[in-house]
Amino acid sequence: MLYDTARHSYLDEPHGLAAWLLTRDHKRIAMLYVVSIAIFFAIGGLFALGVRLELLTPRGDLVSADTYNKLFTMHGVIMIFFFLIPSVPATLGNFLLPIMCGAKDLAFPRINLLSWYLYVIGGTLGIAVVALGGLDTGWTFYTPYSTASSTTNVTLAGMAAFIAGFSSILTGFNFIVTVHRMRAPGLTWFRLPLFVWAHYATSLVMILGTPVIAITLVLMMAERSLGLGIFDPRLGGDPVLFQHLFWFYSHPAVYIMILPGMGVISEMVAAVSRKQIFGYGFVAFSSLAIAILGFLVWGHHLFVSSQSIYAGLVFSIITMLVAVPSAVKTFNWTATMYKGSITWQSPTYWVIGFIGLFLIGGLTGLFLATMGLDIHLTDTYFVVAHFHYIMVGGAIMAFLGGLNFWWPKMTGRMYSDSLSKASAILVFVGFNLTFFPQFVLGYMGMPRRYYAYPEEWQVLNVMSTAGASVLGAGYTLMFCYLVYSLFNGAKAPANPWGAKGLEWEDTSSPPPTFNFDKDVIVTEPAYDYRPGSIRPGPEVTVG
Amino acid sequence: MSTSHPVTAVRTYAAVFIALLVGTGLTVYIAYFDFGFLNTFVALTVAVTKATLVVWYFMGVRYNTPLTKVVVVAGFFWLLIMFGLGMSDYLTRPWMGVPGR
Amino acid sequence: MADDTAAGIAHAHAHHPRQQHHFHSMDQQLEASILGMWVFLVTEIMFFGGLFLAYIVYRWMYPDAWIAGSNVLNVPLGALNTAVLICSSLTMALAVRAAQVGSRRGQIVNLILTILLGTTFLVVKYFEYAEKFHHGLVPGAFWNPVHELADGTLEPLHLPGGAQLFFSLYFIMTGIHAAHMVVGIGLMLVILAMAWKDMFSAEYYGPVEVSGLYWHFVDIVWIFLFPLLYLLGYHFGH
Repeated sequence: MLYDTARHSYLDEPHGLAAWLLTRDHKRIAMLYVVSIAIFFAIGGLFALGVRLELLTPRGDLVSADTYNKLFTMHGVIMIFFFLIPSVPATLGNFLLPIMCGAKDLAFPRINLLSWYLYVIGGTLGIAVVALGGLDTGWTFYTPYSTASSTTNVTLAGMAAFIAGFSSILTGFNFIVTVHRMRAPGLTWFRLPLFVWAHYATSLVMILGTPVIAITLVLMMAERSLGLGIFDPRLGGDPVLFQHLFWFYSHPAVYIMILPGMGVISEMVAAVSRKQIFGYGFVAFSSLAIAILGFLVWGHHLFVSSQSIYAGLVFSIITMLVAVPSAVKTFNWTATMYKGSITWQSPTYWVIGFIGLFLIGGLTGLFLATMGLDIHLTDTYFVVAHFHYIMVGGAIMAFLGGLNFWWPKMTGRMYSDSLSKASAILVFVGFNLTFFPQFVLGYMGMPRRYYAYPEEWQVLNVMSTAGASVLGAGYTLMFCYLVYSLFNGAKAPANPWGAKGLEWEDTSSPPPTFNFDKDVIVTEPAYDYRPGSIRPGPEVTVG
Repeated sequence: MSTSHPVTAVRTYAAVFIALLVGTGLTVYIAYFDFGFLNTFVALTVAVTKATLVVWYFMGVRYNTPLTKVVVVAGFFWLLIMFGLGMSDYLTRPWMGVPGR
Repeated sequence: MADDTAAGIAHAHAHHPRQQHHFHSMDQQLEASILGMWVFLVTEIMFFGGLFLAYIVYRWMYPDAWIAGSNVLNVPLGALNTAVLICSSLTMALAVRAAQVGSRRGQIVNLILTILLGTTFLVVKYFEYAEKFHHGLVPGAFWNPVHELADGTLEPLHLPGGAQLFFSLYFIMTGIHAAHMVVGIGLMLVILAMAWKDMFSAEYYGPVEVSGLYWHFVDIVWIFLFPLLYLLGYHFGH
């Protein structure tokens, strides 16, 4: 059954600002998120710049200690709550999930729009926190400092994170219902792209975990603002209970940040290798395994609190287990590329960059999972390097790689392949220069969240800051060529990479408002790269 | 047309309602008795039974899809994970004589 | 073609006016809504769950304070509120049933009863809270527990260490529950307005059903709160 004889792009119809701000189209909402997330990435990056500039010199001479506390806190809060957690799901997930399911939209389009507005409101409150003097508790809001001593805008920041969390919950719940109830005929679970599996697993984490940080923030705000002490030692309360509640979400949150990126990489690896993903079933189930096991490990953040050593043992062992499904994925991606027909276009660069950096980040996690070693490494730059390898080297590289990969689909424009490759290289080199020295510094004992350090560590710190400049240049270059492409880029064909998938073969670049010309019926497995099986896809005919 | 959701008889709802009220009275009544360490267990058994009645009949889960049933169970199960692993810290702290109980 | 617009072609086949365009049947829409509401309720389970964890931890650490604090709470009012909520769950279930069978009157009567019962709950809660304030049982700056003697005079009440934690949790848990009740009543008013306009039928009753799910959930939370907060020390008497 035909929907529309003339293919309008979702970008063109309907016109006007109101049509965008009141849209129910998941693709438009995804683009709204792209713009707002980019803004928060830039703000978070500026705070990082502040941190790295201070650390050029061993003494605390650029900013005061209090200001430094605010710099790293705001960097963390903004990057985690307002950039990383929404990044892939709210942009690429929103855009692609319905299309990959063969559906016309998500299950609840208006709730999708509500999730964007909640994100914007939360983000605005976050900016208000900055404008009103910042926050200095660390992004972890530990009590009793946050509830009893800090003089900064703790409650407002708590509200900002709370509201952003609600946005996250609404996205997750929409995805779960869509994947269960809106798949096209013939699209069984094991024919779904791994991107969908990854986002489904992520949504499980969003649903089960985010409410716990919500209540934790409420309790923190109640204690601070209403005097209803729950964590106050003077009343018999336990500050470590805050840490249990906080990390019950915040550890699974890191899987919210990485799982979607892994889904992106699965898609890109298959496309650049022109090959079926090796061990599709294993990769699919590994996403679920990571999501579930990820809920059982939070105590590894509490090894040096007064948490019982016996509980620590259990958390330590399970933490080692959670590395296994991630390793499975890495093996399978590599095995996919082995004997594949690899083309050296820009997506390949992003994929290889991700696999390398994620590997290092993941392996260093095992060091930290080992309780005896963690005693020495905790709260040092080793931890900082570990999580940045995963979150920046992994998640952000996957996000940017995915943005590059699907940019022609989302905008209908091609960008400069050589500039994209250059950006990937700059990011990779800059990233390693920034964060590898930090492993060494942490091993040597440099504490995190300190603005001064012994003289002998200055060389490594300067390397790190220099690397950050290169990294920033890579990101800026990317921003420039992508924006340029919107105005001067060549018109993109429906399937510029010659990839398999409903989004490439069955809809135009950009897609029409209801995604497909006709009802989708799926008969092939995913990634069915047989010769002659790749279809070029329909073209936009109007606009 | 109408979905596969049958309409529950008023009589059924009334029966569940009576059972819930009886359960409430029961839980108040048995609070007068001291079963020692079983006190909480007894009170929670009554509460879980009442909650199950509400979920199965009033919320109509008995007519819902297997998927919905899995979602319901998963939610409560996840709570147990949080309680269990969380309490594993507090319950084992005394084992090493760690201050802070 | 006479009607070339996408909307015209998409709606060329007959479907219920309340069926949204991205669903292919009312059944799919209803199933999606119910699944969606349950997924949301799972988030609510985990939201309250954090409070229950705090309760469990501190009850384990301060059993005497928990018993003493529970003793102070008003069991008859708590039991009354439990009964009120159970009644409201009955009327809610009957309201959904009325929508399923297309009885406008049944929907309106039962929705109004549900709203009234919910409001009763909140009124009773208000009186309970007022009593706590009056007896200095609010943790923090105004913590000054007293109890009333037979002749009406107030005498300091000595509670074991950790009692302020009990009362903090009491207020936060019942307070957040009450906030959910307020939202629930708001939802019911919206549904009542829709029922008044006779919008529901056997083919389309999803909003009533999912609002009912939310309402029953809030009832279930209270089913657990009541024995855990009010009935701990009752057998030890005053």
